[in-house]
Amino acid sequence: MVNTELFKDPAIANKLSRQIRHYIRGPLRLMEVCGTHTVAIFRSGIRSLLPEEITLLSGPGCPVCVTAVEDIDRAIAIAGHPDVILATFGDMMRVPGSTSSLNEEKAKGRDIRVVYSPMDCLKIARENTDKKVVFFATGFETTSPSVAATTIESLGLKNFYIFSVHKLVPPALTALLSASDVRVDGLILPGHVSTILGIRPYEFIASRYQMPAVISGFEPVDILQAIYMLVLQINRKRPKVEIQYSRVVYPDGNPKAIRLIDMVFKPVDTNWRGIGVIPESGLKFKDEFSSIDAEKNFDIDIPLSKEPKGCSCGDVLRGVKIPTDCPLFAKACTPEHPIGACMVSTEGSCAAYYKYSGTDIG
Amino acid sequence: MDRILLGHGSGGRLMHQLIGDYLAPGFDIKTLDDAAVLDNINHNRIAFTTDSYVVDPIFFPGGDIGSLAINGTVNDLCMVGARPLFITVGLIIEEGLEVNDLKRVLSSMRNAAKNADVRVVAGDTKVVNKGKADRIFINTSGIGILEDGIDISGSRAVVGDRIILSGPIGNHGIAVMSEREGFVFEPPVYSDTRPLNRLCLEMLSFTKEIHAMRDPTRGGLATTLKEIANASGVGITIDEESIPIDPGVKGACDILGFDPLYVANEGILVAFVRPDIAEALLDKMRNNPYAKEARIIGEVIEKPEGTVLLQTAIGGRRIVDMLSGEQLPRIC
Repeated sequence: MVNTELFKDPAIANKLSRQIRHYIRGPLRLMEVCGTHTVAIFRSGIRSLLPEEITLLSGPGCPVCVTAVEDIDRAIAIAGHPDVILATFGDMMRVPGSTSSLNEEKAKGRDIRVVYSPMDCLKIARENTDKKVVFFATGFETTSPSVAATTIESLGLKNFYIFSVHKLVPPALTALLSASDVRVDGLILPGHVSTILGIRPYEFIASRYQMPAVISGFEPVDILQAIYMLVLQINRKRPKVEIQYSRVVYPDGNPKAIRLIDMVFKPVDTNWRGIGVIPESGLKFKDEFSSIDAEKNFDIDIPLSKEPKGCSCGDVLRGVKIPTDCPLFAKACTPEHPIGACMVSTEGSCAAYYKYSGTDIG
Repeated sequence: MDRILLGHGSGGRLMHQLIGDYLAPGFDIKTLDDAAVLDNINHNRIAFTTDSYVVDPIFFPGGDIGSLAINGTVNDLCMVGARPLFITVGLIIEEGLEVNDLKRVLSSMRNAAKNADVRVVAGDTKVVNKGKADRIFINTSGIGILEDGIDISGSRAVVGDRIILSGPIGNHGIAVMSEREGFVFEPPVYSDTRPLNRLCLEMLSFTKEIHAMRDPTRGGLATTLKEIANASGVGITIDEESIPIDPGVKGACDILGFDPLYVANEGILVAFVRPDIAEALLDKMRNNPYAKEARIIGEVIEKPEGTVLLQTAIGGRRIVDMLSGEQLPRIC
C-alpha cells in the first residue's frame, strides 16, 4: 500500500519546487493534457510554487469540453422521444447545445437522469420496461472499458441503448502536435488513461515529434515531479515518454480493458468541439452490437448545429490561447451561464480559471 | 433565465443571484443573515427565521428529514446569537407515504426538539397527489430572543478577526449522497445534523464580542466564507491543513472528485472573533462535545476585499470562490 500522504508533503513539494527553479534554463510551455490535472494544479496552488519561466497550458483532455455541439443536440433529440429515459454523467447536463442543454430539457419535463456508473442504467432499464433507456456515453479510454462491459452485460435487455461519443486520447495528441500554431515544449500525460493504455500508444510523441512527455499522477507531488522530469528531459535534449505515476501505470497498461474496448467498439473519424474532425479518434459500436446502438435505433436527424459565436474553446483546448485571452471569458461566459463547454465541466480549463481567478498569487 | 434549474437551489452563486434579483428587493430585505433580528418587539429583540426541508432520501446515516428540520432552524436562530424558543412545523405529505415512516419522522422531530430545548407550538398538514411531492417536505419556522449587547452578522467581520471552525467538514453532504446513490465509504460517514444552541450559549456567556457567525450548510464552508468576505468587505485567508476532515469524507471526495470545502454541513459553525480572545474562546468551545475538534482556521485581512485565499497543504496559495452550479462528480 502506498502512503498517499507523501504525495501531499509540503517538504517534498518545496524541494521539487527548488529543484525546478535550479535546473530551468529558459521559458517553457508545458501542457497538462488532462482536465483532472488542470483542476489538481489549481486546487493545490502548484502555480504559485513554479518559477515564472513555466507556463502551464490546459489540453484537450476534458471529455465534456470536447463533446461536439451536434452530439449534445442529438442527445437532446433522443431525450425528446416521449418513451425515452436518457441517462448520462452529471457534467454533461449543463453543456450548451445549439439552443438548449440537457439540464434545461429536464426542467421542461424530459426524463433525464444523472448516473455515476453506466451499470446504473441497467437497473433503470429493468425497473422501467415500458420505457427505452438510453445512456449518453462520453469519456476517454478510462470510461470506454466500463461502457463496453455494460454493453455485454446488457445483451438480452430489449429496452436499453447506448449513444456512444467516446473519444481516444492518442489521435488527439497527433492532431495537436502536427498543428503549426501549437507551441508546446513538453506534455504532462494523463495518468488514468495511461493505466488502460500503458506507454506504447504514446511513444510516437517522442519518436515522431521529438516532444518530451511524462505520464503523471494527480497528487501535488506527482505533478511537481512530472514537471521536474520534463525540465531535466528538455535540458538533456533527449525527448522520451517517461512514467512518473509508476505506482499505478504499467508499461503494458490493462490488456483486459483494451480487449474489451476492441471487442465492442471500432475507431471512427470524430468531430471534437472547437477542434474539428480528427481521424480515427472516436469509438462507435461494431456492427454486431447495432441492436444497442442508439444511432441505429432512433431518429436523430437534427438541424445543422451551431458553435457559439466568439467562443475560443477550440484554441483553449489546443493550448493556443489561455482562457483569459477569450473575449467572452468571465463576461458573457460564466459557470452559471456557460457559452463554451470549457466553462461547463468542473474539469474544463475556463471553469478552473474562473473559479480560481486564473491569477498566480505568489 | 426562462426557467428555474436545480442549481438555483444549490446554495451557491445561482441561488444568490435569484435572491438578489427577485426575492430580497421584492420584500425590501436588506440583510441576508441566517435569521432576521427584529428590534423593539414589546421591548425585546427577537430573531425570526424559516427553512424548508426536501432532502432525498428522507432517512440517511446519522439523521432524517425530521431531526434536520428542527436542528436546521434552531441553528439558523443561533447564528445571530439568539436563544431559540419556539418552532412551527408545516408538513407537505405525498399521498401514499407509509404511516410508519411519518411516525418515525415525527418521533425524530420530537426528540430533536427536546434535545435542542425548543417547543413545537403550532403546525399545519397538507397532503398532495402522488408524484406532486417526494414523500414528505417539511417547513419549520422559529423564534428566539436576543440578549442585549449581542450584535452578530455576516457583515461585521473586521480585519484581524480570527476564524474558528467548530468541527470537521463535509459529513452531511457525503452521508446523504452515499445513502442516495448506494455508495459505501470506509470508514462510514454520518450526517453531523445537531443543534448548536448549547454551544452558542456557552460561547456567548464567555464573550459577546463575536462579530460574525454562520453554519456552513448548502454550498459548504467555501461559500459561507465567501459570503462573509463579500458582506463585510474584507479579505479572508485560511489554512487548508488546519481544516479538519474525517477520513471517510476525504476518501469519498477523492473518489468522486468533490472539493470538501463545498460539501454541505448541518452541525458546525464558523465564528469570527477578536484575536486576543480567540484562543481562550477556542478552549472553552472544545469542552462542548459538538466542538471537540474546533480549530482556528484563518483570519480576516484587509485586501483583496471580498476574496477568500487558501494556503494549500503543499504551501501554495489559491483563491476560494463560491459554489457554482451543483457540485458534480468527475467523469474521467
